[in-house]
Amino acid sequence: MKEAKQMSVSAIQNGTVIDHVPARNLFKVIQILGLDRIDNQITFGTNLESKKLGLKAIIKISGVFFEDEDINRIALVAPDAKLNIIKDYEVVEKKVVEVPDYIVGIAKCMNPKCITNFESVTTRFKVVSKKNVSLKCHYCEKITNQENLQII
Amino acid sequence: MKNRSLVSIDDFSTEEILRILDLAEEFEKEPTQKLLEGKVIATLFFEPSTRTRLSFESAINRLGGKIVGFSDASNSSVSKGETLNDTILTVNNYCDLIVMRHPIEGSARYASEIASVPVINAGDGANQHPTQTLLDLYSIRKTQGTLDNLNIFMVGDLKYGRTVHSLMMAMSRWNTTFNFISPEELKMPDEFKLYLDNLGLKYYEHNDFTDIISKADIIYMTRVQKERFSDPIEYEKVKNVYVLRNSMLKNTKPNMRILHPLPRVNEIHQDVDSNPKAYYFEQALNGVYTRQAIVCSLLGIK
Repeated sequence: MKEAKQMSVSAIQNGTVIDHVPARNLFKVIQILGLDRIDNQITFGTNLESKKLGLKAIIKISGVFFEDEDINRIALVAPDAKLNIIKDYEVVEKKVVEVPDYIVGIAKCMNPKCITNFESVTTRFKVVSKKNVSLKCHYCEKITNQENLQII
Repeated sequence: MKNRSLVSIDDFSTEEILRILDLAEEFEKEPTQKLLEGKVIATLFFEPSTRTRLSFESAINRLGGKIVGFSDASNSSVSKGETLNDTILTVNNYCDLIVMRHPIEGSARYASEIASVPVINAGDGANQHPTQTLLDLYSIRKTQGTLDNLNIFMVGDLKYGRTVHSLMMAMSRWNTTFNFISPEELKMPDEFKLYLDNLGLKYYEHNDFTDIISKADIIYMTRVQKERFSDPIEYEKVKNVYVLRNSMLKNTKPNMRILHPLPRVNEIHQDVDSNPKAYYFEQALNGVYTRQAIVCSLLGIK
């Protein structure tokens, strides 16, 4: 029996599709990109089956095209994310995310004695390893590694 | 270096470090001058550190500068709940430079970003204490005549010892060979060994003073603190292993000198003090000249 083919999330005319977001981090991606504060049409689906990720999420943002440095900010929570840039219902460009050299204001320093955990200081890290993400705090100079990474 | 802050030893290039050391040499020849007349320097000690504070204040006083500040957070508005942000923004109206000691790591970097005047980090928790490192470098260069190709022994608590980490990182600029002598529980952390590996520098690890002590140019002693051990029996076992005694110095090189950031408790036996190779009290005096050089550099006076 042939299953009815239906798209889980409807297509957009112009904008950006972010695919292969780990389902558990969907709302973090939304938060990091500030999608909860814009007026554009956004549709998303989550807990969709993915061979690669188990459960994935997909976000379609109408009328928004991201700069690379903005989109790379999601690399910590969605390292395998793939972007499709849509113009007139066609995919005109595909992009992958890359861990940036510096991370500002996304991650929490794991050192409980760091100033960023005492006062309202925007966290800043130098990325010392991109593969197994490892961040060096600009303030206390301690390393926060992947296992201890917390998104603010 | 005018208007720069000194938060971490890595903030200064090798040339800048050597410039500070040269300047400190000038101050050693003439420690009392009127260079800081009319300048007000704030010493903000959010945790007590009598030794460091007195060294800074002596350095500033000998150059005719005036000091405002506090020696303990309980005497300041911090005890009323003021944020560091507000303390710095207020104090920087009153002074030309801030010297700050604070128990929270990264506080000095943060203060240097808020303040409109230079900030000198006089210790931020377990993180950095760059003026100690500079005075250590000064003492090493003065006693050895060079910083190049030396063999440095670091002894005691190499795991938590902030001064040994900073000194090791700084000395790695001059092709140093390191010997690390510590109990198993207080070994040099892997991240620092990896740093030396990447630079291709040689280092050796030992659990006690072996006959290799005769190779040392500098022995840098630190305190092994009881509270660092998870098992008190382990402490009892090792506490006497890391004590330096005069009898151990027989076969050491003539140029060898013993350094210690102080305060000492029992890790250097008092019978070492009269040995001409004991250098820790002169090292503390060098701290005054080095701090004079740092303050004057950052104020653009020298």
